[in-house]
Amino acid sequence: MASKLPRQEMPRQDALVRSKNFKEVALGYPPETAMLEASRCLQCKNPKCVKGCPVGVDIPQFVEKIAKGDFLEAAKIIKNKNLLPAICGRVCPQESQCEAQCILGIKGEPVAIGRLERFAADYEMAHGECKVEPKASTGKKVAVIGSGPAGLTCAAELARNGHAVTIFEALHVAGGVLMYGIPEFRLPKAIVQKEINGLRDMGVEIKVNQVVGKITSVQELLNIGYDAVFIGTGAGLPYFLNIPGENLCGVYSANEFLTRSNLMKAYDFPNFITPIKVGEQVAVLGGGNVAMDAARTALRLGAKNVHIIYRRSRTELPARLEEVENAEEEGVEFHLLTFPKEILGDENGNVKGMICLRYELGEPDQSGRRMPVPIKGSEFEIPAQTVVVAIGQRPNPLVTMTTKGLELNPRGTIIVDEKTMATSIPGVYAGGDVVTGAATVILAMGAGKKAAASINEYLATK
Amino acid sequence: MYTVVKKRVLAKAIVLLEIEAPDVAKKAQAGQFVIVRQFDNSERIPLTIMDYDRQKGTVTIVLQAVGYSSTLLTKLEEGDSLLDFVGPLGQPTEIKNYGTVLCVGGGVGVAPIHPIARALKEAGNYVISILAAKNKDLIILEKEMRAVSDEIVITTDDGSYGLKGFATHGVQAVLDRGLNIDAIWAIGPMIMMKSVADFTRPLGIKTFVSMNPIMVDGTGMCGACRVQVGEETKFACVHGPEFDGHLVDFDLAMKRSAYYRKEEAMVMEKYKCQCQKEGI
Repeated sequence: MASKLPRQEMPRQDALVRSKNFKEVALGYPPETAMLEASRCLQCKNPKCVKGCPVGVDIPQFVEKIAKGDFLEAAKIIKNKNLLPAICGRVCPQESQCEAQCILGIKGEPVAIGRLERFAADYEMAHGECKVEPKASTGKKVAVIGSGPAGLTCAAELARNGHAVTIFEALHVAGGVLMYGIPEFRLPKAIVQKEINGLRDMGVEIKVNQVVGKITSVQELLNIGYDAVFIGTGAGLPYFLNIPGENLCGVYSANEFLTRSNLMKAYDFPNFITPIKVGEQVAVLGGGNVAMDAARTALRLGAKNVHIIYRRSRTELPARLEEVENAEEEGVEFHLLTFPKEILGDENGNVKGMICLRYELGEPDQSGRRMPVPIKGSEFEIPAQTVVVAIGQRPNPLVTMTTKGLELNPRGTIIVDEKTMATSIPGVYAGGDVVTGAATVILAMGAGKKAAASINEYLATK
Repeated sequence: MYTVVKKRVLAKAIVLLEIEAPDVAKKAQAGQFVIVRQFDNSERIPLTIMDYDRQKGTVTIVLQAVGYSSTLLTKLEEGDSLLDFVGPLGQPTEIKNYGTVLCVGGGVGVAPIHPIARALKEAGNYVISILAAKNKDLIILEKEMRAVSDEIVITTDDGSYGLKGFATHGVQAVLDRGLNIDAIWAIGPMIMMKSVADFTRPLGIKTFVSMNPIMVDGTGMCGACRVQVGEETKFACVHGPEFDGHLVDFDLAMKRSAYYRKEEAMVMEKYKCQCQKEGI
């Protein structure tokens, strides 16, 4: 039985080597390994993995094509449902989605669906591409605000259906969090741009440097002839701690730290002019994927010791297990049940350390997780010359504030009909982090796709 | 593309650039800023808007060669263009009829004061503008400021033009006339804004300052531009750039502005030879 084969490991750069460079950590399957791994799939008649995928990729079909060595056909099958597979194959939390549903996972290890998706996508990029032909033009125009995962997916699906799509991006390049947030060593920017170019080939127009809410507004877009608008502006407003010392020099939000390094390429300073500073000791506050990205970036920028400081215990770490393990292997130190109550500075206003408290877990809170409770008198000092605050983001209000009639939740997220992603304004849809609060790339893509289907229906009635 | 349609050298190392950016020009208001990027490896630099022409579709900025990036920007010539020009960003100045107002511009700070003075005058205020600089050669935009003000006071550190002294001496001179000042806008170097704010605090005159901290995205995404205003942390890019000068922690702001000084020097050094070679 093929299923007796063990799950195939994907080669990775050695931890000690990779913690000093920005090249991609995971190297991808060679073809023979991909075929071997694909042969493990049981080809279930009622595939549960597909139900676990937010965009409904026909997983058994594409895996079967890989097993047979028909890699381009595999890529084509994926692209029927997902036009950004090289990105998803790298950053989706497959272990809690498709792979969590895999029958093989009950007794052994699930098929490595994510690694196979990545393999097929990379193969296609390297060996000629399967172009997606859009349907005949409908003459309808849609504006998509934000070019992150939600916006890109929505734009791609709409373009495929023959609508004229214009994306409005605030930064100088398209990609949103895929460009400014997720580091090069986890998601090479050239790959992001290649997948975005695929959208351009389908006729999607991308306008950069367009801060909607300032240079134009949702209402104006509707007035100048767009038949529908999709808002996918993400969660681009960082939370800070509200503790003394958080504005000292050397205290970065994770957004700033990662944007400097990823988008502005500060890791290549001074060839790129935007600077970034890391001290010998770096403290990253928080335990999510963004915190892991910041910690691993700090190592690569030359920090000697990088500390992840998190209030709860290891089981509550919101980051993907794979990312936690990657960080540990590279030498990131975890300080669990610990959090600062004050950031300390020197006479020049630079960070020199933090006063931390130890925590214990108390009763479960609203989220069901046990509440961290500080232990009285447990103060101790952690030295750090750089502090990165990675405790979450909320939606950026520039668009929502300037859109009259758009209903919001108290936390600033947009209220939508969950089935259609329609907002309180007719013709205006939203999806991704601006609706859910900070979540994952694939959930945003799922929302973008769902919204595109509703917009498609809406336009048919117009 | 964002093409330079007009360039004027206002003083040594200070230039005015009129840039073609019709969509930005359409929406620009007094007190707002833009972010520019010149080359693919450039920083994103925030620059306050000096003027805009909605018909012509242009936005005018004034900048001084200080660091590497600003020096390169001052070398732009008519017909050259910028890679990126994003805006208008930040909150516009709250324009209404306050009564008698002072518009204080220090050094290149006169540029962002210009549209504010004009808008305040259009709103019916009696506008007294104070132009302050080190010496006569560094007083910029005098003619433009006269056109949008009811009165002009000039101060120079060395007394080579107008009153001898700092911006605060200009404010003092106006107050000495027994005028009742309803509000003050002070824009210029951090130390000048701090002095004006310190000067007016005990007098209880509402004083607005325009902060120009280090920024990256300029849309509220990164928080690099955090300013301590009273008990609150504000982002200059979305909450500002104007704040109540009496509440801003200028000492912290100055330290934050100086945080990358060493890196700036490194870049200057690395490119000095290159600039000499290329004659720029």
